[in-house]
Amino acid sequence: MAGRRACIVGVATSDYPHLPDLSEHQVHAQAAERALADAGLGFADVDGYATAGFFPMYAVGLCEYLGLHPQHLDETNIGGASFEVLVEHAAAAIEAGVCEVVLLSYGSVQLSQMGRRLGTGGPTAAPGGPASAGALWGNTLVGSYALAAMRHMHQFGTTSEQLAEIAVTMRHHATTNPQAQYRDPITVADVLASRPVADPLHVLDCCVISDGGAACVLTTEERARHLRQAPVYVRGAAHATTHALNISAMPDITVTSAAQCGPLAFARAGITPADVDVLTVYDSFTITVLLSLEDLGFCTKGEGGSFVEGGRLRSDGALPTNTDGGGLSACHPGMRGMFLIVEAVRQLRGQAGPTQVPGAEIAVAHGTGGMLSTGATLVLGTEPT
Amino acid sequence: MTAPVPPPPLPEGAKPRPAPVIDAEWAPHWAASLEGRLVVQRCPACGHTQFYPRAHCLVCRHAVEWEQVSGQGTIYSFTVIRQNPSRSFRHLLPLVVALVDLDEGPRLMTNIVGSAPEEVRIGAPVQVRFQLVSDAAALPLFELA
Repeated sequence: MAGRRACIVGVATSDYPHLPDLSEHQVHAQAAERALADAGLGFADVDGYATAGFFPMYAVGLCEYLGLHPQHLDETNIGGASFEVLVEHAAAAIEAGVCEVVLLSYGSVQLSQMGRRLGTGGPTAAPGGPASAGALWGNTLVGSYALAAMRHMHQFGTTSEQLAEIAVTMRHHATTNPQAQYRDPITVADVLASRPVADPLHVLDCCVISDGGAACVLTTEERARHLRQAPVYVRGAAHATTHALNISAMPDITVTSAAQCGPLAFARAGITPADVDVLTVYDSFTITVLLSLEDLGFCTKGEGGSFVEGGRLRSDGALPTNTDGGGLSACHPGMRGMFLIVEAVRQLRGQAGPTQVPGAEIAVAHGTGGMLSTGATLVLGTEPT
Repeated sequence: MTAPVPPPPLPEGAKPRPAPVIDAEWAPHWAASLEGRLVVQRCPACGHTQFYPRAHCLVCRHAVEWEQVSGQGTIYSFTVIRQNPSRSFRHLLPLVVALVDLDEGPRLMTNIVGSAPEEVRIGAPVQVRFQLVSDAAALPLFELA
């Protein structure tokens, strides 16, 4: 339908990374209010809502809390990649004429509620059925990603120094983000000297655990003409899965679902990796970034280690990546998918501050969820095609 | 294959390793484990082997049968878990969690026991060794062959 191209017109983060006095729902509300204000809209304009949480009917609860009665409601949860999928669905709903203004929000007070042990913690599933891996074998969330890192090193000669380079780059970006959880510069040697958690991953190869939230607002191209911000178009999107929570079921532990959904999203957007000006990629662990870079096609399989060397991912490098400091240094509140979208949009608007990439026109946000289980890619642009 | 061995004595304050919750689909796997036998599913139509158990062959959708395997395999990948706050595992650290490719095909998660973590290598041949975890199940652990 003419004029119904979906675009992102509002983005915001809540305060972060430590919010001891806010409830999870308050974090949602803070981010949602700011994203709507950024767009020049209000809650009364919203007729679509989406979020993902860790409980069934989570989005329904948020609608009740926020006082929304949307005609598009979505709580698809595929882990950390959920928000890229929720944007894909929201864009489709808008373009199909189901609704006009979709609000997506995320909020978490994981740091305040659970302390700092969650990311390296123990069994995450009851010891029965296919998900029994962690519980029976003493594996951890970090352990699953470590299994992938170890295999990648064996198969392709990737080194701990190369993985550390990713953490160093994210921290470099975080030094100019006043909200970032960790802002002191680090070196490759610092990463290698940090506490080993699950070989070959050290604590500085792992994302931080934070409180925080983020939100975005989508509407039609037509409506966007009358709003505050320049629209950012959803040019293409796709998602995929290789396995669920037991990483022994992943067909090739060095190839993620990004190899399926990345090329599909790029084709739908009519771009190639060479067209991408800015990348925001889920950095739960350093290995997550390296695998995503390869599988999205920024380099060939096995070349990720050398690809990330020499500052290539820095804001002044060839492929500026996670220019807000990422989940490795800035903020990782349980699921980071929405933060990827917010930073990508800020870059495309020229509002990214000290790490702004001059003239950025195409940004890719790629989420990874579960134990490398799911992936979702969004191609965003300043122009519709 | 040899009969399962009892678990080692627990240090003070430690909890036993968790035992699997056994349902009908997994029952043959755990019943065999008590006899020191490792069983996986094989498709009589196309020969595909698979673990964990599914309703049908993932290649040709034919009904599958349980079959005993050799218990031999190679390490596809591993990690040394150095941090796990669970009282069931804290006393076992550093603990080697591995993905083992059985000679017959399927890949499973397990622990490599009986050697120092530094001796474990990807590609190393391994052999199953069962350790009792409850009245109804023994864990298929592996040691370097």
